[in-house]
Amino acid sequence: MTSIILLSVFGILNLFLGFLRSNKVLLPGAMLLLLAVFGANYADWNVAHAPYFNNMLVVDNYTVAFTGVVLLTTLLLLPFSRSYVVDGESNLAEYYALLLFSLVGAIMMVGYDHLLMLFVGIEILSVSMYVLAGSRKRDSRSNEAALKYFLMGAFATGILLFGIALLYGATGTFALSQLATAVAAPANASLQPMLYIGILMMIIGIGFKISAAPFHFWTPDVYEGTPTFFTAFMSTVVKTAGFAAFLKLLAVALPAAQGFWLPTIQAMCALTLLLGNVGAAAQTSTKRMLAYSSVSHAGYLLIGLVASKGILTGEAASAIFFYSLAYSIATVAAFGVLKLVADHRQRDDYAALNGLGKTNPLLAFTMTVAMLSLAGIPLTGGFFGKFFLLAAAAGQGYIGLIVFAVVMSMVGLYYYLRPLIAMYLRPAETDATPVPVDGIQTATLALLALLTIVLGIAPGFLSGIL
Amino acid sequence: MLTAVLLFLPLVAALLLHFTKGAARALALGASLLEFGLAAYAALAFKTQGSQAFNLDYSWIPSAGINFHIGLDGLSLLLVLLTTFLVPLILLAAFKRDYDNPSSFYALVLFMQTGLLGVFVSLDAFLFYFFWEVALIPIYFLAGAWGGERRVAVTLKFFLYTVVGSLFMLAGFVYLYLQTGPAAGSLATHSSELSAFYSLKLSAAEQSWLFWLIFAAFAVKMPIFPFHTWQPDTYTEAPAPATMLLSGIMLKMGIYGTLRWLLPVVPLGTSQWGKLVIILSIIGIIYGAIIAIRQRDVKRLIAYSSLSHVGLMAAGVFSLTQIGLQGAVIQMLAHGVNVVGMFFVADAIERRTGTRYIPDLGGLTRRTPVLSVCFLVMLLSTVALPLTGGFVGEFLLLAGVYQYNAWAGAVAGLTIIFSAVYLLRMFQRVMLGPDSTFSETITDLTGGELLVLVPLIALVFWLGLFPGSFLHLSEPAVTNILALVGR
Repeated sequence: MTSIILLSVFGILNLFLGFLRSNKVLLPGAMLLLLAVFGANYADWNVAHAPYFNNMLVVDNYTVAFTGVVLLTTLLLLPFSRSYVVDGESNLAEYYALLLFSLVGAIMMVGYDHLLMLFVGIEILSVSMYVLAGSRKRDSRSNEAALKYFLMGAFATGILLFGIALLYGATGTFALSQLATAVAAPANASLQPMLYIGILMMIIGIGFKISAAPFHFWTPDVYEGTPTFFTAFMSTVVKTAGFAAFLKLLAVALPAAQGFWLPTIQAMCALTLLLGNVGAAAQTSTKRMLAYSSVSHAGYLLIGLVASKGILTGEAASAIFFYSLAYSIATVAAFGVLKLVADHRQRDDYAALNGLGKTNPLLAFTMTVAMLSLAGIPLTGGFFGKFFLLAAAAGQGYIGLIVFAVVMSMVGLYYYLRPLIAMYLRPAETDATPVPVDGIQTATLALLALLTIVLGIAPGFLSGIL
Repeated sequence: MLTAVLLFLPLVAALLLHFTKGAARALALGASLLEFGLAAYAALAFKTQGSQAFNLDYSWIPSAGINFHIGLDGLSLLLVLLTTFLVPLILLAAFKRDYDNPSSFYALVLFMQTGLLGVFVSLDAFLFYFFWEVALIPIYFLAGAWGGERRVAVTLKFFLYTVVGSLFMLAGFVYLYLQTGPAAGSLATHSSELSAFYSLKLSAAEQSWLFWLIFAAFAVKMPIFPFHTWQPDTYTEAPAPATMLLSGIMLKMGIYGTLRWLLPVVPLGTSQWGKLVIILSIIGIIYGAIIAIRQRDVKRLIAYSSLSHVGLMAAGVFSLTQIGLQGAVIQMLAHGVNVVGMFFVADAIERRTGTRYIPDLGGLTRRTPVLSVCFLVMLLSTVALPLTGGFVGEFLLLAGVYQYNAWAGAVAGLTIIFSAVYLLRMFQRVMLGPDSTFSETITDLTGGELLVLVPLIALVFWLGLFPGSFLHLSEPAVTNILALVGR
């Protein structure tokens, strides 16, 4: 709860700091504020809090863990805003403020205990993102992305709201725990179809937010057009919060309806893995590849939902947490490197990375670690993320799904190797100069690589914490 | 504790290399020599203290029952010795060429060494898999970043082949892991200990498919026909030191993995499919040999020769006889030494002439007597001439295969005849034969190069004359494996 208050206050504070118009103040300021929020959030670990706002919001370890992931991700992402913001943008304070506000939405999505709170959280997060997607005002691709994201997002939100309404109609409640009882023992059997349509609509609405197939089609275009800095935010924070919300919905409110949603999620999972990986393999732009890769990772995370069997704690929930963390760190690293390179070389296809191993060894190294982590190669956090997810699913006997996921991750190897090939195996253009990287960015890049490797060597301290 | 030091010393050195610009060579070589010293010390201590002294078991991921469990037995020890013996020589070979960014090159070689040693000492399935994949990352960059013209496509193929194979193995391990019960004193519900895998009682039907899941990784790594298609290209395109790592040590990961993680884990699967594997191995022997005869590139020829010889090792292992397994152990050492020596000589010739193309070479021996002798010794050991390590290994292997099936033994024996044909023919056309443009200008081996070849040659003869000193180390381990298989 402290983190929500702090973020809101800091967001407003940031707006006032904007009068200074100086990124020298704004960036360290925003990072310090986030660090403070991260600390406040950590202080809530293993502390029992009474639910807030008439049982609409709970702060338990689940909330704290996923809040920690989104805060850490944003903190590590912020240094890459620098060059973007310096480019003569006048509204930088607004962007930082919107980021902080959107985090409030993300935390509400993680900590909700009431469907209205979920809806408000999703809206706070999404509305900020609609604006940020179009933040490069004079770039027509950014405008296109914002419009697409807004139209599709508004549509999906409508469906989600419709689902919530139907659920309410069928059970007479918005509170998760009461929903669980009402779904387990329906008072009126004739309302069952309404309940199931409601659940399906909610799955569609959230499936859109986490870009799970077949509701992923907007992802590549929006990700490509959005300024890279915000793309990274979308594909990490929005996804993590979305999965935390999804798991909570299924595990706390709807365990009794498992017979209905489990096959649906399984089908979505297989389809997402297929379309995400095959789509990514066909790309020539690194940014679009990362967009499809984020779809495919939604597929792996869905395995966790399948394996959760409607339980919010235990193996599967811990696996989803670990995977979100490893995925977020690797994705921030990948987008961070790509952004620095693309800003300097004015292109974002694979060839933009050519010879980076020579011109910028650290950028290339961080990108390598990120790619290996996303591909799930040992020594990186991504390996243990996949391992924990698949082990959880194997424990429940989903052998078919696991085999499919493993085959799909073989496809993944192919496209995750392509940036590596470009960076180390192909020579740079003859007139290529090193990409300029400032001190904070250097430190962050090193930290991102280090964190990924630490997660890959000593996952013990974060595995099984939920 | 010594085991952990052995395992991580090269990694620490590799990290340090990034901060030493000038002294990279000295540091890399020094670290690898120190590592060999430690391994030699471990071998001496092993004789008096036994394997228990090298056991190290820490909890790694407590919630999943995965342990950081490493240890040494005679079999591991021999491969650790081979690795630590070859790496300094491979580094010396690397010093002969001016690679771009040399400190990264040496760092990757040392990083690779940690991966390889980890494979040989792991006693936990996930730790084993972890190191198995970790070893792949540096070799991919070594072969890819410093390789020949076709490196992009070739290394991509190599990487995909091996990782796909490994993922099958991982799937097999996960299945086995889920069948285990909790280890004593552990909170987790399963255990990935090697001993837990050994004590599983799986049905023949399960073992039947598990065998192929696990063997997929080993078959690609060795490689066994028909999983070999990555091998000749990769060996040819990779820079010489990377080729030496691949053929000298990495190939042994496949044989070692089969001995430790396949035969005793799925004994029923082994007896069901062993015959098929032997047939594939023998096809590989003949196939590799026939293609080797037709090769005109020295490096490619050695690559196919290696394919042919590894087929015999696999056949010996699957003969499931004491003598065949012992032969495989000795041949792992002998082949490691031979093939590294052969690739080194091939690289020495290429450095001097700028070509590996056999028809362009010829008549080199007049100006290079020392090189010729070294080349011939390595070559004859590969052909398995008595007195050399290759002879002991191949003789025992053939004896093992013969015990299994006389016909199989007879066909597998062709490997020796074939290798005499293609290797002596190559020697004749490269070193002897009519003069080529290089005959007058080529220079003989330098002292630095002899520093690499002399230890190799010494070991060739040591293996050939006193194989007992090595066989004696591996005997209890091999007996133990066969007991677990039920032979």
